[in-house]
Amino acid sequence: MKAPAFDYVQAASVSEAVAAFRACEGEARYLAGGQSLLAALNLRLSAPSLLIDLGRIDALRGIDVDDGVVRIGALTRHAEVLASEIVARHVPLLSMAAPFVAHPAIRNKGTLGGSLALADPASEFPAVALALGARMEISDAETTRLVEADDYFVDLYETAIAPGEVLTAVHFPVARSTQVFAFDELARRRGDYALIGVAINADGQRGHVDAIRIAFCAAAPTPKRVPSAEAELIGRDLTDETIARAVAALSADLAPDDDAHMAAATRMHLARVLLRRQLATLKAALVGDGVNGS
Amino acid sequence: MTKAVPISATVNDEEVTLLVEPRLSLIDMLRHHLHLTGSHVGCEMGACGACLVQLDGDVVHGCLTLAVEVDGRAVKTIEGLSDSGAIADLQAAFHRRNALQCGYCTPGVLMTAQELLSKGGVPSRADIRDALSGNYCRCTGYEAIVDAIETTARQRAGLDTATTGTDHG
Repeated sequence: MKAPAFDYVQAASVSEAVAAFRACEGEARYLAGGQSLLAALNLRLSAPSLLIDLGRIDALRGIDVDDGVVRIGALTRHAEVLASEIVARHVPLLSMAAPFVAHPAIRNKGTLGGSLALADPASEFPAVALALGARMEISDAETTRLVEADDYFVDLYETAIAPGEVLTAVHFPVARSTQVFAFDELARRRGDYALIGVAINADGQRGHVDAIRIAFCAAAPTPKRVPSAEAELIGRDLTDETIARAVAALSADLAPDDDAHMAAATRMHLARVLLRRQLATLKAALVGDGVNGS
Repeated sequence: MTKAVPISATVNDEEVTLLVEPRLSLIDMLRHHLHLTGSHVGCEMGACGACLVQLDGDVVHGCLTLAVEVDGRAVKTIEGLSDSGAIADLQAAFHRRNALQCGYCTPGVLMTAQELLSKGGVPSRADIRDALSGNYCRCTGYEAIVDAIETTARQRAGLDTATTGTDHG
């Protein structure tokens, strides 16, 4: 289908964008890469009266590392995340997940900020942000605040971003040498939204887990951490037995509904399979004191 | 009634100036306003890849790009790539290997293939299939497409001097 009619304005700065949002009497939407929004408009799932294009705001671009933080501008495209040596070196989990994000042409236009602002529960980068404890930089043009990933994802397509605010960047902590990571997902076709996916960030040495954050995508209305499974692993050695206990604990953390893709029981089964596989991968990496599983 | 927006862009190395509705997609601008009908419209949701074009050198979906977004930017369609001769070898390999039947997906597939090959080297068949994950072909079963892209990659890398594609014609 074709998109319903809307007005369009190009913002040269975040201030301009916020002013346009506040001045709009109908529904205004910010446009970043548009790879989800324009599809939604074409499907007539959304019918805003005004699109405010953020695409020309150069201040929202770029990847920098400073003082233990990798700051990625919201307009950084998936393809740029995938190709970035800074990301590969300091935020390896993001690099590991990037090849799973859609298809090459989508990655050429879709943006990290767009993905996190939409917060599709099946998409990869929100789960990665949650697993890494990233912080979202949000601006209303006057003040800028940082929101922890644990507080950012509120509900289905709902985040801590208030109406009119702009997600300007995402801050990722620089990986320490003792951290190991894993990402994998199951999809019917390469590049499709995940049927289930998991991002893991563990810290430890010689097989012992000091800290771990496990975030699933496509398992709940938001990207979802699994505290019961995490608790089975923290302070323990990563062994076949503790992995089995963590996998068994998933039923306390996840309660997916039946949906058009599959039954809830199938999705739970796949979540267990995926977690078991990825923890086994991490076990090898953690024992070897190596950085970056798989 | 929404307000039309004036835009100027470079399309296949020619300057164009248009007055467009904000909701007009790039693919509809190219096909309906500029009569460049080589790129096709399929799903209009970024899944099928029939509408792929280059925007400032990167392959993007014409259905998931607004015409107003390309103001001041450079667009290249399959007509531009074809007329310049940049993909003549790729097109010849598709022809030789019979890597198309109805041809609806082919312009998009060629866009993807050219971007993959422009990175240099000879991609593995798995890499080629991965790159093609966003291109639906309902005729060929992909095998011949992968063959043609692989053949072109080897030729460009100087590994094959002669035609090696199997002639199914």
